[in-house]
Amino acid sequence: MQPNLFSLFAIVVVAVLTIVIGTYGARLARSTSDFIVASRSVGPRWNAAAISGEYLSAASFLGVAGLVLKDGADALWYPVGFTAGFVALLLFVAAPLRRSGAYTLPDFAEARLGSAVLRRVATVFVVLIGWLYLVPQLQGAGLTLSTVTGYPLWVGAAVVAGVVMLNVITGGMRSITFVQAFQYWLKLTALAVPVFVLLIHQAGQDAASRQSLGADAPPFFVADTTVDVETDVTLQVSTPMVLGATGGVDGVVADGPVYWAPGTHEVTEGTRLDFPGGAAVPVVSGSPVDNESWLQPLSSGVFPLFETYSLVLALLLGTMGLPHVLVRFYTNPDGRAARTTTFVVIALLALFYLFPVVSGLFARLAVPTLLVTGTSDAAVLLLPGAALQGWPAQALGALVAAGAFAAFLLTASGLVISVAGVLATDLLPARVRDYRVAAVAGGAVPLAFVLAASPLDLAASVALAFAVAASSFCPLLLLGIWWRGLTDAGAVAGMVVGGGLALLAVVPAAFGRLPPAAEALFGQPAALTVPVAFLTMVVVSLRTQDRVPDDVARIMLRLHAPDRLGLTEDRDTTRFGIVSAATPRVRSGRHRR
Amino acid sequence: MSEAAPGRGGWGDAPGRRVRVVLAERRRTRRVHRTRSDVEEQTHVGEVLVRQLVREQLTLALRLGLLTVAVLFAIPATFALVPALRTMDVYGLRLPWLVLGIGVYPFLLAIAWIFNRGAEHNEQEFSEMVES
Repeated sequence: MQPNLFSLFAIVVVAVLTIVIGTYGARLARSTSDFIVASRSVGPRWNAAAISGEYLSAASFLGVAGLVLKDGADALWYPVGFTAGFVALLLFVAAPLRRSGAYTLPDFAEARLGSAVLRRVATVFVVLIGWLYLVPQLQGAGLTLSTVTGYPLWVGAAVVAGVVMLNVITGGMRSITFVQAFQYWLKLTALAVPVFVLLIHQAGQDAASRQSLGADAPPFFVADTTVDVETDVTLQVSTPMVLGATGGVDGVVADGPVYWAPGTHEVTEGTRLDFPGGAAVPVVSGSPVDNESWLQPLSSGVFPLFETYSLVLALLLGTMGLPHVLVRFYTNPDGRAARTTTFVVIALLALFYLFPVVSGLFARLAVPTLLVTGTSDAAVLLLPGAALQGWPAQALGALVAAGAFAAFLLTASGLVISVAGVLATDLLPARVRDYRVAAVAGGAVPLAFVLAASPLDLAASVALAFAVAASSFCPLLLLGIWWRGLTDAGAVAGMVVGGGLALLAVVPAAFGRLPPAAEALFGQPAALTVPVAFLTMVVVSLRTQDRVPDDVARIMLRLHAPDRLGLTEDRDTTRFGIVSAATPRVRSGRHRR
Repeated sequence: MSEAAPGRGGWGDAPGRRVRVVLAERRRTRRVHRTRSDVEEQTHVGEVLVRQLVREQLTLALRLGLLTVAVLFAIPATFALVPALRTMDVYGLRLPWLVLGIGVYPFLLAIAWIFNRGAEHNEQEFSEMVES
């Protein structure tokens, strides 16, 4: 593929800007108290844009459009779930969690239940969820760079991991609300502008040359098309066809014309396929073959209804357990502002997700080759070049590439910071040097995973992290905030059982190559693991009621009392009750330095 | 506060009003301290008040949460039970795309809006009860 210099330039600019702003911003905001002070001058709108900016990762920017291209109506549940997760967070978590003064999930766990063991368990889950979530970010980076330049996949992953680790070690990107808020608008622009240009372009074309998505047929190649298959794929063919193939097809080495009967055909890595113009596009197995079923819901996967429910549950309940999202809520001055911010976040996400969906629709028309290679996540990146010509295509391509890289860098930075933070303070002895080690570990482990694992679709891969979060932190937060009877033993048991089961399911799914029925269950485990986690937590807590903390009433008051009564405190990492009894300064409403 | 400011050089109106305001403030301050410390120090009264607030907030959140889940989960079930809906056209767009691509979001926003109003109302009532 011809390197696109515009896009490469845009990517380099974004990467350099990220490092520069990170280093410069480190001087502006050094400590948690600066963070708090800054938060007083930041309104809910900026905050919400910053949260959305950090939340919209590779999965949202590239993955949603890719899945829409491949799976059609069923893929629409991903953006719905990504947004609805914030509704659950708003209803049950936002204000009380902000009032708890906890800065991270382990902070909250320890403050609520006063157990060092629980804190340790929560820390391990923060690290694991962070790593799981980082994998698709790095995959997306690799895909973007290889789409733009033709480099192998690992180059982009290594570049992003390197930039992020450097960034975290120099201390940047932590609390720069305005930069993150700007990133939301950059990502929105990078997707929205191509969509509007394509809409205008499409309207200007005559009807005869247009393909229709409503046609009761598979998508077809408009002209003779050559496709290079870069990873092993199994393709479904619905109408018989003759094509040229160089490489491994159906277990034999092919070099020349091949006849494909309807059914599935295996194509190995490195194969080149030449499709004649007008041929129906074969589709990666598991996805709907023709446009008609693609337009309908419940058409992809093995147990579509179960998979849909499990996915929605994971996304709905998993959002509140994402470490990098939670930290940002701390920038809200009080619980009430946290609620307003979440409301605005929901609005911003709803606005954003219109565009990847429309991009996916356009991609079905413009870049059907991605259905063959299985790299449908590249849809957004290739769309401008495929649908337009000349400099507009190049400029829009560069804009999209820049937006994509901003997405990886920002989300990955937030995740590595969260992971490295808890690694350094809880799992390693806390010294500066250890923080560096922690930052490197935070980025290197997922990078190794990316190199080892077979690539899943980005959005599906992120959903695995959501499933683990929904089975571990969600019950801890919901029961911790609303149920006085929760005990540390119950919380530990529930997290280990629920989160452990989800992890056991998720890791094989991430490495791929499971039988389809197992993949349905392993790829979407939330419908089983979330109830198990809740049940374990409740049952074990009821059995250990003598371990309910003595100061549970005081903690409940802190979590739920209205802000104007002034009972909330900042950065209250030790137990609420003990702190306020021991240090009267804290009681007067000032935060600790 | 114009009532609290004494009229310059005038006798007639200032004393009466000023005394009333001061008394009122004093009384309120003392009572605020008592009820607030009731709440803060977890006396029986305070405990009951907080439990009631938590229950109200949870009821509100659960109601709206169940409504959200019910609506979201009803969508795939409806499509599974009534296949005709999967292919229905509404103004040239397919119904599933219209519902999932656009229609769900205003619903989620409405839920969030209603919750924020309700939660703030509950807190307002609690604050008034504690401070009155």
